[in-house]
Amino acid sequence: MTATVKRLLLYTVIVAVALAAPSIAPDYRTQMAFLWVMIVFALTWDILGGQMGYNSFGNILFFGVGMYVCAVIQRDSSLGYYPALFLGMGAGALAAVIFAAIFGSGILGLRGHYFAICTLGLGIAAGEFASGWDYIGAGSGMVTPIFPGEPGGREKFFYYVMFALAIITFPVLRWLYSGRFGLALNAIRDDEDKAEAMGIHTTRYKTTAWCISAFFLGLTGAVVGNMIGFIDPRDVAFAGPTFGVWMVLMAILGGKGTLWGPVLGAVVFHITQEVFWTYLLGWQRVALGLLIVLIVVFFPLGILGWARERWPERFGHVVEEKLDARATE
Amino acid sequence: MKLILEVSGVRKTFGGVVANNDISLKVPEGKIIGLIGPNGSGKTTLFNSIVGYHPIDAGAIRFEGEEISKLRVPQIARRGMLRTFQQTRIYGKMTCVQNMLISVPQREEKWYSMFSRLDADDTEKAENLLEFVGLYSKRRLRAGDLSFGQQKLLEFAMALMTKPKMLLLDEPTAGINPTLINGLMNRLKRVNTEFGITLFVIEHNMRVIMNLAEYIYCLAHGELLAEGRPEQIQNDPRVIDAYLGAH
Repeated sequence: MTATVKRLLLYTVIVAVALAAPSIAPDYRTQMAFLWVMIVFALTWDILGGQMGYNSFGNILFFGVGMYVCAVIQRDSSLGYYPALFLGMGAGALAAVIFAAIFGSGILGLRGHYFAICTLGLGIAAGEFASGWDYIGAGSGMVTPIFPGEPGGREKFFYYVMFALAIITFPVLRWLYSGRFGLALNAIRDDEDKAEAMGIHTTRYKTTAWCISAFFLGLTGAVVGNMIGFIDPRDVAFAGPTFGVWMVLMAILGGKGTLWGPVLGAVVFHITQEVFWTYLLGWQRVALGLLIVLIVVFFPLGILGWARERWPERFGHVVEEKLDARATE
Repeated sequence: MKLILEVSGVRKTFGGVVANNDISLKVPEGKIIGLIGPNGSGKTTLFNSIVGYHPIDAGAIRFEGEEISKLRVPQIARRGMLRTFQQTRIYGKMTCVQNMLISVPQREEKWYSMFSRLDADDTEKAENLLEFVGLYSKRRLRAGDLSFGQQKLLEFAMALMTKPKMLLLDEPTAGINPTLINGLMNRLKRVNTEFGITLFVIEHNMRVIMNLAEYIYCLAHGELLAEGRPEQIQNDPRVIDAYLGAH
């Protein structure tokens, strides 16, 4: 079986299971929808954090912006539920991209820790700002419109929307990473000064990367706002200490800088989290903290990163001794 | 004789330290020119000034007749003049072939080029150049796993991949196994004659630079001390004094 056939088979299995899941386990629809949210979180964080080596703690900004913009459009446009929702999602994504382009061109000039700290400030400031602005409900938040379908239909609908979003994000990133874009991001990660010295348009790549990340996060934010039904500025929209940190953790857990790592990390993290919540109620946050410590200590490179160090030849890093004759004159 | 690079009256200070003072030199197109001088004499600073790492305090730098002293590193690189580093810089976590593929010329880049695919022609060119520097069998290894000397060769191949008009090489033979130095020298000469790339080389190995360069500039204490053909430089008492520390 060739690699392509294997891959397509894997995709088919995943898609089939995912499509059937809400009918098989109807009680877990919301949790499963959040699994797709987590996968998008980890994948989009990894664009900068893993592939480009810029640790951003402010990606939650784009999530919150998408959420609020969508909710405002749903509230103020006199359209029906679905047109307003889809218009809101598009506008939310657009707004997030605009934010990424503006902030990106300013702070992507910072390197290393300085960038991380600056983005952290960005996320916190956004939360404070949102909780003081009456137009979007200030501290008491916003309520999204009531889903028009039958009871239970809401969970099912948003499960499929979120599934579609995740299933679009993955191949888009795969396509980006397999071309010039991915190589340029990796080059920036490994040695940005060198990349500049080679004439690569580093600023253009960095800003675009953040905009792509913002686009998918904006869409996700718009959906999650409706999934939860209530938008709190600090605990839902700009939830830095939860979502904002989790997206970093999941990418690191699975192996940052790899395509499947963030997906794997999100699945493992989300399931573990739900299990802790169910069986260790009261101690779930402690257990989660312990898990994080264990991850960082024992798997600093993440699951796939560890596998790549352990079996480099499986990942294609081989010396082709047979061809040595051709190499030396 | 057409000049590709002309440096005139360049001065660069860092606080109170004068790293370069009133340095003027000319690099004709298609030649190999050497730059020597004791440690700390300002050679690398001059390279940095030329490729746009920092603004210069006074003077002018012209590349192909155009003033470039106000341009930044990537802009100058896209015009076809790049430098390699004394402390080798490669993309450590990427494979050698990937290192090469991202070094394709950036001159004609449009915004949508960011999303272009990796084409077979570039891959073939990358592999040919890796073969040229003797790294073909290592092409799927991560660049960071190569030895220092091999990384140096890779960096050289990456510079060639960008189809430069002129290369500034900062100590190309430092850290390379002495038995491989002759091979590298041959390659440098071939790059110059076959690919038509002008070379401007900093080198401490006198045997190498005397064989390689047609004309040599010597710096000491941030100033131009002497210039001339290799045999003139070798017999110049001021150069010998500077190296042996007669000051």
